[in-house]
Amino acid sequence: MFQLTEEQQSVVEMVRRVAAQEIAPRARELDEKSLFPDHAGRIFAELGLLNPLLPAEYGGSGMGMLTTVLVIEEVARACASTALLLIAQSDGMLPILHGGSAELKARTLGRLGGGSRLLTALAATEPTAGSDLLAMKTRAVRRGDEYVIDGQKCFITNGSVADILVVYAYTAPDRGAKGISAFVVEKGTPGLSYGRNESKMGMRGSVNSELFFEGMRVPAANRVGEEGGGFANLLQTLSMNRTFCAAQAVGIGQGALDAAIAHARERVQFGKPIAHLAVIQSMVADMAAAVESSRLLTRKAAALFDQGDARQGALYGGMAKTLASDTAMRVTTDAVQVLGGYGYMKDHGVERMMRDAKLTQIYTGTNQITRIVTGRALLAR
Amino acid sequence: MFARTDELRTLRDTVRRAARERIAPRARAADAAAELDGEVVALCWDLGLMTLTFPAEHGGAERDQGTALCLAVEEIARHCASSALLLIIQAVGSFPILHGGRPELLRRLLPRMVENRELAAYLVTEPSAGSDVGAIRTTATRDGGEWVLSGTKCFATNGALASVYAVLARTSPAGGSAGLSFFLVERGAPGLSVGKVEKKLGQRGSNTAEVILDGVRVPAENLLGAEGEGFLLSMKDFDMSRPAVGAQALGIAEGAFGEMVRYARERRTFGKPLCEHQMIQQIIADSATLIEASRGLVYGAARLFDEGRRNTKLASMAKVFASDAAMKITTDAIQVFGGYGYMQDYPVERMFRDAKLTQIFEGANQIQRLVIAREILKEAA
Repeated sequence: MFQLTEEQQSVVEMVRRVAAQEIAPRARELDEKSLFPDHAGRIFAELGLLNPLLPAEYGGSGMGMLTTVLVIEEVARACASTALLLIAQSDGMLPILHGGSAELKARTLGRLGGGSRLLTALAATEPTAGSDLLAMKTRAVRRGDEYVIDGQKCFITNGSVADILVVYAYTAPDRGAKGISAFVVEKGTPGLSYGRNESKMGMRGSVNSELFFEGMRVPAANRVGEEGGGFANLLQTLSMNRTFCAAQAVGIGQGALDAAIAHARERVQFGKPIAHLAVIQSMVADMAAAVESSRLLTRKAAALFDQGDARQGALYGGMAKTLASDTAMRVTTDAVQVLGGYGYMKDHGVERMMRDAKLTQIYTGTNQITRIVTGRALLAR
Repeated sequence: MFARTDELRTLRDTVRRAARERIAPRARAADAAAELDGEVVALCWDLGLMTLTFPAEHGGAERDQGTALCLAVEEIARHCASSALLLIIQAVGSFPILHGGRPELLRRLLPRMVENRELAAYLVTEPSAGSDVGAIRTTATRDGGEWVLSGTKCFATNGALASVYAVLARTSPAGGSAGLSFFLVERGAPGLSVGKVEKKLGQRGSNTAEVILDGVRVPAENLLGAEGEGFLLSMKDFDMSRPAVGAQALGIAEGAFGEMVRYARERRTFGKPLCEHQMIQQIIADSATLIEASRGLVYGAARLFDEGRRNTKLASMAKVFASDAAMKITTDAIQVFGGYGYMQDYPVERMFRDAKLTQIFEGANQIQRLVIAREILKEAA
């Protein structure tokens, strides 16, 4: 069904090799010490993988959604935090690509191509605006050729390390979804400051930051698209981002399945490898079936985007996100179970995957929200 | 209903208050420090919880010891699973001594343990003998009036802190579970050393260590129970401990449930409290149902134990059901909190990490199901 092209196959092989050699060996340390994967950022930049969706006209590799999803899955299989760096990077790039003026695109996207190591991030979530994004309080007020932005954001992935931020704020608070606008904010802009980076249960190698805007002046030319077009722009990115999250969850699930299989083949109990026990065989079978079906749904969503059907892509991407993240949670929990007491210890990696998996059920829309979005779309037909 | 006597009700109420006021505020720090909290240990001795299963003249409950243990464990686990584990392991480690030690040994040992507030540990698991107890390689060889023990035990709760150890060792080359015997080994014994202290996913406020026995000599009277009947003694220990693990899981689930309901009432999204959304109500309803069912199984199993009736089937059911319920409820509690639940500022992520161990220790849930089926088939025969 998804016969990969030779090019896609070679990308997968390259990423798998890099992930095994350069990313997997660092995964535990990143988690233990909450270190940002700078090394991976450098490698991705060198290999042209940091901005896989950036069109060639901006010096990007323009790989398409399916190839991007393959890259994310392979990276997440080794280290979910490192995959999150890539996802957050696309989240920061896509709103500009979708909505920015030609001048804004040339000025910002033009700096992301050709081995650039610049990082981007998308800043929408606020303390009282999580699932309910319209409850955001950040305001942007027009003053001549500038906007003055005040407010705060939280949990922003890549937030404090990003060179280019896309910030969402109300320009017309009384207009609801039509009153939000998006702005490109450069690192170092006066009025932009950083709060703490969160201490999280998992994905500890990713940075999640608080951002504060205090009288932050942004040129009007940095507005992404029309005034009031921000929310639609945000939803467009989120609809693609859910497919990335699904791919990350597939990678986490596959990594846990790999570990469970390796352990089951080696671990001898009751006089034989536990791989010979029906209970273990049945667990592995269920895990594999769940991961594989998540993978197929995720690739289908990506392929729909590549075929230009963004609406169907978003529908399938939402389903893929819900299924793949629930699968990752179950498969990692079961992988710890297959490893038994060893699985509960930090030495063996699967407990990290279990902690990492949990975030995929939460971010880019909790699975409660993604179910409602999917259900409504289906019921509205 | 489950605290069926005045004594049990008084115990429950006392522990409930102490846990809320004196253990809950310390739980996060114990998790972060990854150390057993000495103040909690002292409190549990003060309240008589460390000797609940001892004979009454040495501080034990007059009757209904199994239920008393479960009630105390449940109340503490609502706030801190690691502290509840302390009680379980004290009872589990003492069991072979209390039920296999000769009267002279108990007369000498128990007053000293109470006086010096000594911890007991249970040395059964080995690197290659987890679920498969019959694979134990630690040997005990008779040498005149002494036994000489050699081997490596792992994943021992309080392994690095205990003063007395119940050690299961092979006394006869006969394979499998026959030929195993329990011995009392004391901390200062030459040849006994503590190896690696484990870093764990959760229940981090407990100590888990490797204990190495290298030609440790103990007097003949330290043989607990009859020679070759160690496995049998460990099975009886499980009849007491598995309901207690169920009670720990129940307490963790109740703790997470309390947090979930409180947060759902406080947090507002889409113009109304979170608890008024149907998706959240489904989670609350399912969680509450699982908790009630767990409670019935846990205290049903404990009551049979207290009445001296065979409870093996119900004990395993309580352990499996309550631990699977705790894993699901804690996973869902994070979900209700959304991004906040993933952060270490809120207790639900700790509860999630703690819950996982209850599916693994005192017999992995896959083993429990085999036990349940075996008991049912025995009844049917």
